[in-house]
Amino acid sequence: MLFTSYEFILFLVLVFLLYYLIPKRFQWILLLIASYVFYSYTGIRYLAYILLTTISTYLISRLIGELFITQEVYLKENKADLSREERKSYKAKIKKKQRKLLVLCLLFNFGILAVLKYSDFTINNINSVLDLLRTGKNISPLGFVAPLGISFYTFQTMGYIIDVYRGKHPYEKNIFKFGLFVSFFPQLIQGPISRFDDLKDSLFAEHSFDTKTISFGLQRILWGFFKKLVIADRLLPAVITIVGNPDKYQGVYVLVGMFFYAIDLYADFTGGIDITIGVAEVLGITLKENFLRPYFSKSITEYWRRWHITMGTWFKDYIFFPISVSKSMLNLSKKCRKRFGDAIGKRIPVYLATILVWLTTGIWHGAAWNFVVWGLLNCIVILISQECIPLYNRFHSRFKVGHTFYYRLFQVVRTFWLMSFIRILDCYRDVGTTFRMYGTIFTRWNWRDLFNGSLLELGLTMADYMVLLFAVLLILWVSLASRRESFRERLASWPMALRYISYFVLIISILIFGAYGVGYDSSQFIYSQF
Amino acid sequence: MKIKSKRILINISAVSLALLVILFIQELFMPKYMSEIPEGNLVEEYYKEEKKHDVIFVGDCEVFSNISPITLWEEYGITSYIRGSAQQLIWQSYYLLEETLKYEKPKVVVFNVLSMKYNEPQKEAYNRLTLDGMKLSKYKINAIKASMMEDEDLITYIFPLLRYHSRWNDIGSEDFKYIFSKDKQSHNGYLMRIDVKPVGYIPKGRVMADYSFGDNSYYYLEKMTKLCKDNDIELILIKSPSVYPYWYPQWNQQMVEFAKDNNLTYINFLDKAEDEIGIEYDKDTFDGGLHLNLSGAEKFTRYFGEILSNDFGLPDHRNEEEYKEIWQDKVEFYYAMKEDQERELKEYGYLKSYGAVAQSIEGDDKSNN
Amino acid sequence: MDEILEILEGLHPEVDFETCTSLIDDKIIDSFDIVTLISDISEEFDITIPVEEIIPENFNSAKSIYALVERLLEDE
Repeated sequence: MLFTSYEFILFLVLVFLLYYLIPKRFQWILLLIASYVFYSYTGIRYLAYILLTTISTYLISRLIGELFITQEVYLKENKADLSREERKSYKAKIKKKQRKLLVLCLLFNFGILAVLKYSDFTINNINSVLDLLRTGKNISPLGFVAPLGISFYTFQTMGYIIDVYRGKHPYEKNIFKFGLFVSFFPQLIQGPISRFDDLKDSLFAEHSFDTKTISFGLQRILWGFFKKLVIADRLLPAVITIVGNPDKYQGVYVLVGMFFYAIDLYADFTGGIDITIGVAEVLGITLKENFLRPYFSKSITEYWRRWHITMGTWFKDYIFFPISVSKSMLNLSKKCRKRFGDAIGKRIPVYLATILVWLTTGIWHGAAWNFVVWGLLNCIVILISQECIPLYNRFHSRFKVGHTFYYRLFQVVRTFWLMSFIRILDCYRDVGTTFRMYGTIFTRWNWRDLFNGSLLELGLTMADYMVLLFAVLLILWVSLASRRESFRERLASWPMALRYISYFVLIISILIFGAYGVGYDSSQFIYSQF
Repeated sequence: MKIKSKRILINISAVSLALLVILFIQELFMPKYMSEIPEGNLVEEYYKEEKKHDVIFVGDCEVFSNISPITLWEEYGITSYIRGSAQQLIWQSYYLLEETLKYEKPKVVVFNVLSMKYNEPQKEAYNRLTLDGMKLSKYKINAIKASMMEDEDLITYIFPLLRYHSRWNDIGSEDFKYIFSKDKQSHNGYLMRIDVKPVGYIPKGRVMADYSFGDNSYYYLEKMTKLCKDNDIELILIKSPSVYPYWYPQWNQQMVEFAKDNNLTYINFLDKAEDEIGIEYDKDTFDGGLHLNLSGAEKFTRYFGEILSNDFGLPDHRNEEEYKEIWQDKVEFYYAMKEDQERELKEYGYLKSYGAVAQSIEGDDKSNN
Repeated sequence: MDEILEILEGLHPEVDFETCTSLIDDKIIDSFDIVTLISDISEEFDITIPVEEIIPENFNSAKSIYALVERLLEDE
């Protein structure tokens, strides 16, 4: 079910009504049923995968959790009799068992993800190699269709089992409650990726009808629809036209494409997350923020702390740190220090872990080489900017411009364009074309081309551009205002007439200016196939 | 408690006010079809009528362009209404007929069988022209469900703002002027055109693998037959004398057989057009043969009216006071429009206020099964 | 404690690590710094810092880092 569909709106109305009419202790059960209904909308057979993940992880988390309990009981009972060494070896034995279980769970569930999402990519690459070697043989692709949100719920669930293994929190005893955690419907399409102990309290609690949270939630949903329908869906055809015709749109139009895509993706993704978090809020459930005005970032590292936050923290906690501080990594680092000196040796963990993180982040985004290259590019820029820190420090100690408004503006603009450059790898059909387009920015540069009328042939009329301008200015204003305080709190302080008129104007704008319905291409969330 | 109920009252008022404004905006955004595509108003105009018609015509442009109820009245005293619309599909004809029977009981129903060639929903734009004008009813819902294309949603017919919001940049003075009421444009469902464009080259239909009409078409034809039988109404199937879209002999044959099997009358007026009806295709059509103009429509109506009067015994109401009153105005309106069209033709060379451009869209519809 | 302060100052000489208690919250040290920090500390004190211990509470100040190290040395 798309968020911006009549079915979803009807679904939401029903769920909201039932949620507050039924006895509170059944609310989480209603959500579980609703989530499976939502999931089956695309086809009931896809439920099988999410159920497999739910059941396998539940069982293994139970085994791991029970081992913890066994360990605790044993150590307590035999406190007096055991020496330090014996305690340590017992603990190590338990840990070993748990690790085997954890690996089993990870292999199984990541395996499902790998096969469903990446098997054809792998096969196609193998076929390319086979063709190169002129073997005349080819493997036929398996043609699996990845079920809804598999990248999201798999990562969220694997985060859970790793946390159980690490002893961060006990395992969830109720398989149905656990099932809700895995399949909670607002998160299925594009996250945020939640941590179990962040979510469990509000997810399973009993919720009373509270006008403030519901009102805030509804406002947020409305805001998400506004961004998605008025801005994202309006811009998308223009982006598609530019990137779909790389031979026609070169030079300055590559920049236009980057700019439009930056706005389009922002509106689409943050709009979808607004709807997600807003829906959860109406249900009294708190989800973590996934975006924090990312286009105001002053550096690429800051950007990745503000864009798709929950994905970033997932990779940080479950890949980056475990790899970079693992024993083997530290040993490697030690050896390198001896061989190549301190400077290189101490960089090894950070560099290797970063490269691994970005390779996997890239491949997580899609089963294609352009995503891998995208990941690597991000990685390279991040590592370069790390290395440049001493240079920057020297510059700033010389020229005291660091805190001036203009320098900070420069940093924001620079980061915006840098990220827009890298991000466009999402769009062109392959890496080669992307780099060719980068090239034409210099070789075919002519800013006058902007005025040759092509802008009006991308699928947008002058009136559309005006609507976009106003809409973007509006979200810019709200973002700027949000830096000081929550915008909704601010809104709540306005006089009632003004508030009601604002809601009304927003609703009317969505109804009238939304790019939906016959004649507009109904576009999917860009992230929904993940 | 007092504050709480005050709050609730304010909220209810606010929501009601908002809904009213939205409804107003919805009316504003509906296309008015006054200066262009007047056929968009045909279905709607029926509801304002005195519903005492002995004959109801249903079908596509070949009924609303080729038959003049005013001529039927003037020459035979037969009262009729054309519930026609652009590219009206057979299930739409069926549900319109079902709806009409809730308002009145005609003695005869005439259906133009060209639409048998369309077994599935065709174009969203034509759906809108036919369905938007219907009053909300179970017949409308059924018609919508049977007509929807893949990308259409039922709710956009119930709240047409969801469809027409995209007109935001095209709202003009016409949308404001006619927001609450529109001027009548048809003559009991007949759209008058006096201009002339002779028939040019008529391509013969291309050879097809299978000429049988689809199951869905037959399903609705059978339903229509049963509906008329159950209500004691004589159903007449016709092929109107438009030369294009091409009417295959194989199609004709199927209709001959269906009529025979079901005890119905089927008349192919296209065959009789030149010899018996006297239609001259260089004078009597305004778009090269797709539709007749006023002169052609009157000829055809005269001929058909004879059949209706003699063979089907339809009464002559010309001396009955209540009918005379109603039809007097209609006759005046008819000749006034004829005069106005003659004036426009003289002044501009084409009928600019009568949607002269629009009619040719249907001419481009060379769609096949 | 002094060794820890030394390592920290090596990373960011401009920061006053003796008093600051919001190293993570204020993003004074980032993930890369933490890795280098852990690498140096493991080397210096010959301990292993498990991943579960990489939480803001343990790294927000030099003092909490010291406490962490102490605790790990004890468990050894």
